[in-house]
Amino acid sequence: MYQLIKQIIKTGIKTESPPLPDETMRVQSQRLQEEILRVFGSALNIRHVDAGSCNGCELEIHSVNNAYYNIEGLGIKFVASPRHADMLLVTGPVSRHMVTALKRTFDATPEPKLVVAIGDCACDGGIFGESYASCGRVANVIPVDVVVSGCPPTPTAILQGILTAISAQK
Amino acid sequence: MPITHPNLHLTKLAGAIPAWSGEIKPDDLQPICQSVQDGGGRLVALWGSDARELGNGFTLHIALVNETGLICLSVPLPDGQPGYPDVSRIFPVANRMQRAAYDLLGIYAHEGQDHRKWLRHGAWHGGSFPLRKDFDAAQSRIDDADNYPFVQVEGQGVHEIAVGPVHAGIIEPGHFRFSVVGEKTLRLEERFGYTHKGIEKRFESLTVQQAAKLAGRVSGDSTVAYAWAYAMAAESIAAVTPPDRALWLRALFLERERIANHLGDLGYLGNDVALSFGFAQFWILKEQVLRNNAELFGHRYLMDRIIPGGVTMDLAESGKRTLFKECAMLEHEVSVLRGIYEEHAGVQDRFIGAGRIEPKLAARLGLCGLAGRASSQAWDARVQFPCAPYDKLDVQMATYRNGDVAARVIVRFDELFESLRLQREILNNLVDDDKLSVPLEKLPAHGFGVGMVEGWRGEVLVAIHTDADGKLTRVHPHDPSWQNWPVLEHAVVGNIVPDFPLINKSFNLSYSGQDL
Repeated sequence: MYQLIKQIIKTGIKTESPPLPDETMRVQSQRLQEEILRVFGSALNIRHVDAGSCNGCELEIHSVNNAYYNIEGLGIKFVASPRHADMLLVTGPVSRHMVTALKRTFDATPEPKLVVAIGDCACDGGIFGESYASCGRVANVIPVDVVVSGCPPTPTAILQGILTAISAQK
Repeated sequence: MPITHPNLHLTKLAGAIPAWSGEIKPDDLQPICQSVQDGGGRLVALWGSDARELGNGFTLHIALVNETGLICLSVPLPDGQPGYPDVSRIFPVANRMQRAAYDLLGIYAHEGQDHRKWLRHGAWHGGSFPLRKDFDAAQSRIDDADNYPFVQVEGQGVHEIAVGPVHAGIIEPGHFRFSVVGEKTLRLEERFGYTHKGIEKRFESLTVQQAAKLAGRVSGDSTVAYAWAYAMAAESIAAVTPPDRALWLRALFLERERIANHLGDLGYLGNDVALSFGFAQFWILKEQVLRNNAELFGHRYLMDRIIPGGVTMDLAESGKRTLFKECAMLEHEVSVLRGIYEEHAGVQDRFIGAGRIEPKLAARLGLCGLAGRASSQAWDARVQFPCAPYDKLDVQMATYRNGDVAARVIVRFDELFESLRLQREILNNLVDDDKLSVPLEKLPAHGFGVGMVEGWRGEVLVAIHTDADGKLTRVHPHDPSWQNWPVLEHAVVGNIVPDFPLINKSFNLSYSGQDL
């Protein structure tokens, strides 16, 4: 136990300041009222859905939870069920085999809700495109508010996308 | 010759790893597989191809490995009834691969015990096959709900828990069907294919260089391993050898991928036994590795740094100093954290004995990679078939015999330290070269090449077939998760349901890599 406590003290605080919202990431004009966004802004619950990604974007979503980006420190946390969520964070081109699961997850998320598409594949189908097995971008299947490009996007970009979605449009 | 059989004539393939290819008749398939298995060999991959344009019907391809190298057999099958003798009785791991080969190409195993679909859910109808050259996507579309007959467990008090495809954590989608009594797991059955996005079909429309990008996205956490295996296969067909410095840099990238993934997994394994301290600490270290990757090589996960013919990024002297410093820092920090994990009674109590796979079962089921080594399966492509520069590095294989979560943690720690040692060796021996790559834009006609790389999870294989114009006519990427997923079904039997996330994490297998 002594070693563990010593390590915690030695490590100190690594958290860096979060990025500012970026309006260029918004693809759908503000659907939610400012008052609701203010509530989301102080306590947001996110459900992640991998709709067919290569697992690259997932690595960076994990990173958003590390001590440097410390998303929980901003009052934002990942939850285990869409029933508890305010926002869906969706990765991947949507594979045809995930269409039903993605739509059901969207329907199971209570209103008001937001959708952020993470990664090049989620934005425009990426290298996988549209095919017999892939529906391409997330917006082809469910409505999307904000897109974050990158392969995979950096944790800062992901954080910025989430913060843009919950900030009021200027 | 790696194996001898009266009807088998093998040809040595050019390239970085010892590999042979040969054509056999369907009747010789089982005896040859049996003799490889009797000699301690394994089945690595099984796939099919459509050769009807050449008037050759279909072809079954099978990659076997023994201590001498890879043996790639092709079995021509008639157009009308493309059946072949079942090999899943000899190599149980072939079961899902045979079913996937049927879903995608319509070739099937005679007397196979399991004829259920595997990769197909409801996106295309059962009589159409996406990897056939005359596949019509629009005509084959249906939007039926998936209907899959799980094996039912009966008995008093037995009930099922269905989990997924959307999981509670930040992970890829797949379905797990548990049959339980109280908290105890009687049976687990996996159902995958949710992330099937047509990767193999997509390969066929890309040039050799474009396809390298796709290969690096078969499974994002193993992008270096896939990109290298793909490049190795292309270089094998073209009989091209990249510059020495490029090969050393590839090994540096591969070890850095192993370091980053092992750090991440060790953090999550702590998290899954309620030691969130472990997650916080290991992910600080992982982040530092990723930031150094971004600074020195321009990408946190080193995507697209390996191309057929060489690499795209060099390492400057100042970069070497950064990496030496990182090595020293990681060696110290990981030693401290290992001590904390080992002395933490709560952690060890959860790790020890959970999800145990005995060496005998591991051998029977073909468990490979890091999970295999934790169950005494001493296979590591860097050791058995050391391609340059591993032939100069003398990799020390980490093995353990207990086969439980604790063993897989120990192997991860051992491999992490070994990768740090290798990284230092690579930095010390990095040879100078004027060039980082040799041009490789076009492949010869009717070529076949194969590459195999020991990724952090296990052996990644990529096979490439070219057509009469030298274009990619069939590319098959193979993930070690094909081997290891079925073993997870055994690992959880008798364990309580709440230990499943921990056991699953200790394997950390890829969905995308096997769903393709």
